[in-house]
Amino acid sequence: MTAHVRNAADAGASVLSVRNISKAFGGIKAVDDVSFDVNSGEILGLIGPNGSGKSTLFNCILGQLKPDQGEVRVNGQSVAGKRACDLNKLGVGRTFQMLQVFPQMTVLENIILAGQEHQGTMFTRLFGPSDAGLTEEAAKLIDFFRLGHLRDELAGSLSYGQQKLLDAAMAFMAGPSLVLLDEPAGGVNLTMLENLKERLVAFNRERGSTFVVIEHNMDFVMSLCTRILVLAGGRIIAEGTPAEIRSNPEVIEAYLGG
Amino acid sequence: MNSRNLILVLVGIAALIAAPLGQGNYVIYVLCSWLIFSIAAMGLNLTLGYAGQVSLAQAAFMGIGAYTTALLTMAGVHWIFAAPAAMVLCFVIGLVLGYPALRVQHHFLAFVTLAFSTLTFLVLRNEEWLTGGSLGLVGIMRPKFLGFDTMPQLHFYYFTLAVFVLVALLFWGLVHSPWGRAFKALRENPIRANSLGVDIRRMTLLAFAIGSALGGLAGALAAPLVQFIDPPAFSLMHSLKILLMVVVGGSGYFFGPILGAGLVIVMPEFLRFTEGYYLMIYAAMVLVLMIVCPTGLIGLGRKFASQFKGRSVRGDLKEGAKL
Repeated sequence: MTAHVRNAADAGASVLSVRNISKAFGGIKAVDDVSFDVNSGEILGLIGPNGSGKSTLFNCILGQLKPDQGEVRVNGQSVAGKRACDLNKLGVGRTFQMLQVFPQMTVLENIILAGQEHQGTMFTRLFGPSDAGLTEEAAKLIDFFRLGHLRDELAGSLSYGQQKLLDAAMAFMAGPSLVLLDEPAGGVNLTMLENLKERLVAFNRERGSTFVVIEHNMDFVMSLCTRILVLAGGRIIAEGTPAEIRSNPEVIEAYLGG
Repeated sequence: MNSRNLILVLVGIAALIAAPLGQGNYVIYVLCSWLIFSIAAMGLNLTLGYAGQVSLAQAAFMGIGAYTTALLTMAGVHWIFAAPAAMVLCFVIGLVLGYPALRVQHHFLAFVTLAFSTLTFLVLRNEEWLTGGSLGLVGIMRPKFLGFDTMPQLHFYYFTLAVFVLVALLFWGLVHSPWGRAFKALRENPIRANSLGVDIRRMTLLAFAIGSALGGLAGALAAPLVQFIDPPAFSLMHSLKILLMVVVGGSGYFFGPILGAGLVIVMPEFLRFTEGYYLMIYAAMVLVLMIVCPTGLIGLGRKFASQFKGRSVRGDLKEGAKL
């Protein structure tokens, strides 16, 4: 397999740097010596057939799994040994493949929770205002994701698509420099999908956030991302713009020839 | 809190002030017990209802609080210093117990607290030089506050009520602070909470330690109420009783444990006329309630309220989340 991998030459602009990551489960190499960089302001797509190692790679980046070798750096800092909450404080937001909102809290409370741990200290979070001074900012974000009319509803009473929007919005509340989205389009209907895509692009432009997106919906990935990495058998087999990926014979073979 | 709820709370406090008037010593004693167990149950509600961890040692923490307060007050320390000392001790023990137990999720805390409950009982019974062993400690004085002597039963009731209202206000503030939001998030989805920056290990530990400290405070009130303490009063059975109060009342709801404590303490008194059958009737009632409405009395009340008012499900659920 000839992998053609371009690494960003300018390490200064790199928000996420993955170096020689490998992870094996028993005899199966789920991720095999993967390296890539994500530059500030990029929307990077991570695609590949089922079992190609996307989720394992994500979990290694997010510290959920300890890679057998290699290193992951976020804004120049190694993530080794960092817990999810520490990583979040470093400026990494994420969404999960399965929907993850707090159903018994209102939309507003979900969003405030997503930001409060970045405000003040343990002391001010106990004795300070109950919204940690975030109501206004949270309301703005909710309006941005067009959930304003549902602000005081319980998250659990929203439709699936609305909850997906809320889920994504929560990942953005703390103003992360890097957001990892695991199948944001999964199970979302077409209208809501357009809405989600448009909001993500708008957020990327307005706030300069960097995204890494795992997605199976090709139309969604091709129209959202500025650059795409293709994984197969734990290795990066192709990398390029959506147009390049679409016409890459290796990619077509990986998907169709299995 | 909206104005309707505020009025309800004020009416409730007024009722609590009026309740013991013209009553005999025993009724006032039962009311005091209710308030004291409400404090202990509120503490357990923080651990169980908000942070989602099972503790089976709430009565043991009451015991530690009661013995600490008894020993200190008998040594001449005023209650106003002895009670906070008891709370701090319980808080620290909660941290020490919880730190290893909560590194592992799931029901590990339940096992650790189960063992701790037995351990506490054995220490209270066997360390006679300190605790008086099986005979317990006798002659605990009730405190005086600037001329207000809590020796008469009615005075002690108002003293307990004042502490109860203060604790309830502070607890309300706690569960409506960002800490409270983080506690609720822990219960609903700890993994997501962690990914949003909530240090789940630290917050769970704090919830357990604060809950334990409230158990200590309940003990600090129980010691001067009965003026006599012995180990069986703080055994595992009583920890289970406090757990029952939280679950029956409605865990995760602010007023749940207060109602639950009322039911568990007062109901046996009402059922006294049935003589030998009261435990059976009582057990059957609890079983039926748990089957009909697993969210406890508060949940049951909400079910009825929404049926009578015909409110939309969404609005009704929203009310639930606020508490």
